[in-house]
Amino acid sequence: MLEVTTNHYLVLSALLFAVGLAGILTRRNMITVLMSIELVLNSVNVNLIAFSYQLADLTGQIFAVFTIAVAAGEAAVGLGILVALYRLHATTELDVATELKG
Amino acid sequence: MEFLVAHGAALLFYLFAAIALAAAVVVVTMRNPMYGAIALLATFLSVAALFLLRHAEFLAVVQIFVYGGGIMVLFLFVIMLVNLHRLRELRLFGQHSAVALGVVLLLVALFALIFVNLPLGPAQATPGAFVEVEGEALGNTQAVGWKLFREYLLPFEIASVFLLVAMIGAVVLGRRD
Repeated sequence: MLEVTTNHYLVLSALLFAVGLAGILTRRNMITVLMSIELVLNSVNVNLIAFSYQLADLTGQIFAVFTIAVAAGEAAVGLGILVALYRLHATTELDVATELKG
Repeated sequence: MEFLVAHGAALLFYLFAAIALAAAVVVVTMRNPMYGAIALLATFLSVAALFLLRHAEFLAVVQIFVYGGGIMVLFLFVIMLVNLHRLRELRLFGQHSAVALGVVLLLVALFALIFVNLPLGPAQATPGAFVEVEGEALGNTQAVGWKLFREYLLPFEIASVFLLVAMIGAVVLGRRD
């Protein structure tokens, strides 16, 4: 009766994705936006692992490794941009980032 | 007690799924990013536990090392680096948040409708599916490594170049003029 199916994982992943997307779209603080992007990438990994189990195929786990690598690179560059923005405007609010060249 | 033993995996799934979702909501709603970062760590660890329940042992450990260790430390460093003392006076959400939230709710309703009714059938995973290398049961790490370096060598090398580019980019962006 109490069985966890792939559908359970898909719904959890969709909810995590939605929470992350809501954070990206609504928050003004760039640090929180970057953390929300990490949430979204994590929800993708949950999906990949769920389907890897569903299909008994390791490929999903391999792809999750690549997603994690991309997430690490994205966090490094994103936080680099955040520090550059803070040097320029002394704030981490995204609304101030209105110029391409400061 | 019998109930716990019989449904242990399902109960663990619901427990960690609830923690992951609650912590994710905390990440998005907290005013102070420091609390958000700690909640994010809770989400990462819960997701690692969910990976374990789906027999992705290597991925679970990588999740804890890379997310819980690397990315988390990066975030905490930057939060401490930037000065957030004016935080109280600032508006938390942007101008069009209500519209964005409505769109996201519509999206999640659509996702839920699709995913709940998706006729996937029973999971095909066998006990040896994620640990066997050429018919011999060695372990999940060996199996992932075997497949990664045999079938996905080129993407692996491209990923390493990508990480180098990201590192150089972060150094260039972060340097003082």
